[in-house]
Amino acid sequence: MSTYDRSMALTGQPPKILSRNQKLATLLGMTGLGIILLAAFNVSFPNKGLWLTLSLMAISAGTVWFSWDAYSNKLPGIKNDGVWFKSISSKGFWGWIAGIALTGFYIVLYFYPEYLGLVKDGSNKGVIGLFDPLSRMLSGNPASQWFVYGTLYTVAILAFGIKFMWKYRHNRYERIRTMSVMFFQTAFAFIIPELMARLNGDKILNGGSLPYYDLKNVWPLNYYNFEGYRIKSFLSSGDIGFALLIFGILSVFVITPILTYKYGKRWYCSWVCGCGGLAETAGDAFRQLSDKSVKAWRVERWVVHSVVVFVTLMTTAVIYSYLGTDTSKYWLTKSTFLIGVAVLLTAVFTWVMLFKREQLQKDAQYGAIGYFVIIMALIGMHFFSGDGNVFLFKSETLRKSYSFLIGSIFSGVIGTGFYPIFGNRVWCRFGCPMAAMMGFQQRLFSRFRITTNGGQCISCGNCSTYCEMGIDVRAYAQKGENIVRSSCVGCGICSAVCPRGVLKLENGPLEGRIDSNQVLLGNDVDLMTLVNKK
Amino acid sequence: MENIVIIGNGVAGISAARHIRKLSDKRIIVISGETDYFFSRTALMYVYMGHMKFEHIQPYENWFWEKNRIELVRGFVTKVNPENKQLIIDGSRALHYDKLIIATGSKPNKFGWPGQDLHGVQGLYSKQDLDLLEVNAPNKEVCKRAVIVGGGLIGIELAEMLRSRDIPVTFLVREDSFWNGVLPSGESQLINEHILEHHIDLRLGTNLKEIVSDGSGKVKSIIVAETGEEIECDLVGLTAGVSPNVDFLKDSGIEVGRGVKVNRFLETNVPDVYAIGDCAEQHEPIGNRRPIEAVWYTGRMMGETVAQTICGNKLEYKPGHWFNSAKFLDIEYQTYGWVFSERGKKEYETHFHWRHDTEKICITIAFNKEDNTFLGINTFGIRMRHQVFDKWLTQGRDVDYVIEHLADANFDPEFYKHYEAEIVSQYNSENGKSIKPKKKSLKRIFQLS
Repeated sequence: MSTYDRSMALTGQPPKILSRNQKLATLLGMTGLGIILLAAFNVSFPNKGLWLTLSLMAISAGTVWFSWDAYSNKLPGIKNDGVWFKSISSKGFWGWIAGIALTGFYIVLYFYPEYLGLVKDGSNKGVIGLFDPLSRMLSGNPASQWFVYGTLYTVAILAFGIKFMWKYRHNRYERIRTMSVMFFQTAFAFIIPELMARLNGDKILNGGSLPYYDLKNVWPLNYYNFEGYRIKSFLSSGDIGFALLIFGILSVFVITPILTYKYGKRWYCSWVCGCGGLAETAGDAFRQLSDKSVKAWRVERWVVHSVVVFVTLMTTAVIYSYLGTDTSKYWLTKSTFLIGVAVLLTAVFTWVMLFKREQLQKDAQYGAIGYFVIIMALIGMHFFSGDGNVFLFKSETLRKSYSFLIGSIFSGVIGTGFYPIFGNRVWCRFGCPMAAMMGFQQRLFSRFRITTNGGQCISCGNCSTYCEMGIDVRAYAQKGENIVRSSCVGCGICSAVCPRGVLKLENGPLEGRIDSNQVLLGNDVDLMTLVNKK
Repeated sequence: MENIVIIGNGVAGISAARHIRKLSDKRIIVISGETDYFFSRTALMYVYMGHMKFEHIQPYENWFWEKNRIELVRGFVTKVNPENKQLIIDGSRALHYDKLIIATGSKPNKFGWPGQDLHGVQGLYSKQDLDLLEVNAPNKEVCKRAVIVGGGLIGIELAEMLRSRDIPVTFLVREDSFWNGVLPSGESQLINEHILEHHIDLRLGTNLKEIVSDGSGKVKSIIVAETGEEIECDLVGLTAGVSPNVDFLKDSGIEVGRGVKVNRFLETNVPDVYAIGDCAEQHEPIGNRRPIEAVWYTGRMMGETVAQTICGNKLEYKPGHWFNSAKFLDIEYQTYGWVFSERGKKEYETHFHWRHDTEKICITIAFNKEDNTFLGINTFGIRMRHQVFDKWLTQGRDVDYVIEHLADANFDPEFYKHYEAEIVSQYNSENGKSIKPKKKSLKRIFQLS
């Protein structure tokens, strides 16, 4: 066994030692967090705007200073020295502390916002009160726990985004991708919705008010987008509201499929998405913790696709519940809607089973058939069992349990709180229905693939280790196979850490994209024919 | 059921085992004294540097072997008796074989330097060497300076490893420029500069005279042959190449030169005994290849080939066009076809060399000066597409065609800066040509009709 130092100290021998600058930077960042913590204990700061500014500046400056000191005096290149020696990034003491702290934060955020100082019908206290000035500046309203969260989230993506860009400063794909993520988080997730809130009640919305809408958030990630109250708000907000509703529908059925066909799901997951954005920046230090075993992969397939089925059922039920039955009032009625869903699902299912079946794993085939039968049975039962609850469930029960189990527990508490334990893409890999649906398309109908460079692979394992989605990249690369996996978010790190230049993310023709033959070049042609004979 | 015994669980032995299992139901036993499970030898460095844990460099999960009925035996084979088809493990246990595959790899070279067996003197080849390095050089307090002897691929990797823990490194290289027996001078020069950038004390044209003991059997310093200078150190890394690990075959009747002598079917002089990988030595070199090739992928290919032969498809070992790759600190190196150094250059071979003004990026293209046939390319800091060069070499393209279509061969990640325009314009001005670089074509790359 190795005999390296296993002490719990944050700082020790190189390569994990902290320089004086890094210690000072840590102090600065912690001071910023300290201000927020004091606010949480209801220390009342006199000038909230000033203290909030100081706090956020200290957090950002501390992070940026720390990473500048880590990378500025080193030559451009891969910076993974000591990753598995540092306790924070190898599930050591600090990793667990960070995991517990984050998890605790999410539990309070989702279920006990009053501890953060949220006051209904009154002025906020505590942390949320501290953020009031900023919120009023942007939207004109007092802050909520979601505004606090959104601000910290954006600060994290920006500060750690700068760190990430320094770390990979030799890699233009990573730099541009990170700038994109930082832009979409700041503009689309943070500022635009706040400014949109200023329009509420204005005459360009016909006096209506728009629901909070992060435009880049697409259903089913944005599972609540078609709930009744939102549809009402959209439809009561004039042309703009209507346009936003249409955009929401188009982004599911037109924009996403086209972009996924052209570029793979990476256009969203690692270039636009906020969850992905946090994972790629603040979560970068934990990407190596994802489980690469075949067992984990099997669990992943069942869990994530079950979430897709769940969200489809839930959304169908919710939309169904507020639709009318009278065709003369509105063309879309309860029955036309359900028939539409059934037709769409059947079309997709038939296409896959007819043309793409051989590209699915055995259990994926069973799963697809199973899920299809369940949904169709539920729709059928609905039609033949007379009126009553949709699919035998109350739509409200479905909606509530989805929002609790998936929207809060899975995406927040587990998905982000457990970064330092399970890796930074737990939510994206096991839980995100959007990722699963795009992944399904990526696997079956997309130009994207990771090309393996002939016979250059030396099976070192850097690609697999640093794959945040837990894909065993090496298993494909060492056989000379392209990597075409539904879960791949196209972060490009496997290609970056490869010491032999074996992997390239690229878009190309569909023909020959998935080649399970062993095409290890350098070999004699006769041998390759024999090896590939089944 | 036939009993196939494989000595060595490196890439050659394991490739053989996997492919025999694919093709047959024979009993397969793999013996290794080094580790329980197959691991990637080339990745040992990343374990010391903290990029990966040891379990990460094992390409298959531990259940893989039982599931595929590949039996693993831990121990060193000390003797082989071809007469009664038996081998002895650790001097005691006997094992019968019907067919034997020797895949024992290499061991680090030692050239009889005084003091070469002191504590603190080691090579870097095996898992044991890695563990030893954690004892000899766990940090910069225990190891105040390291001296590395031998400027090849393992030497520069060891230097990179030690630098990751801030250990000062003196790097003794016999040649007057790094690895210039293999690399053309421009490239070798680029690596010299890069080594210095990494604060490694590079001593070119310098040989080791002796390793000095501190009186208690541990290394204290080394003496440089040329100057007599004494350099104090706690670790001496001996990385002056490797040679086949075949000492246990002495007196077995199996013919051994530097390695186990094999024919093109990887058969030794003894029936039912084969040798593959680093430890095999071809009677006649294949093409420009060396008779002993200590390269990852040749081990793999020999394993695949011998599996065919053993399972009834007698097959010659026919490696395709030469290729290889390595990484020198931060600079990736790839080669396709043959580019020889000044020392090894053929009389018909000439080079075109391009180097970036400021970045550590360069390429060298070798071609035949009589008929302009493209012979090979070395690239530093640019990734190239194996498939494309393999095709061009097979087609016997001339150098102008390669220069014109260079964009097709680029394998750098998306959005990387491209240098084809600069490369082509320098080629044009040096050769009085007016080639216009063609744009990258997916059609040509993916060979669509």
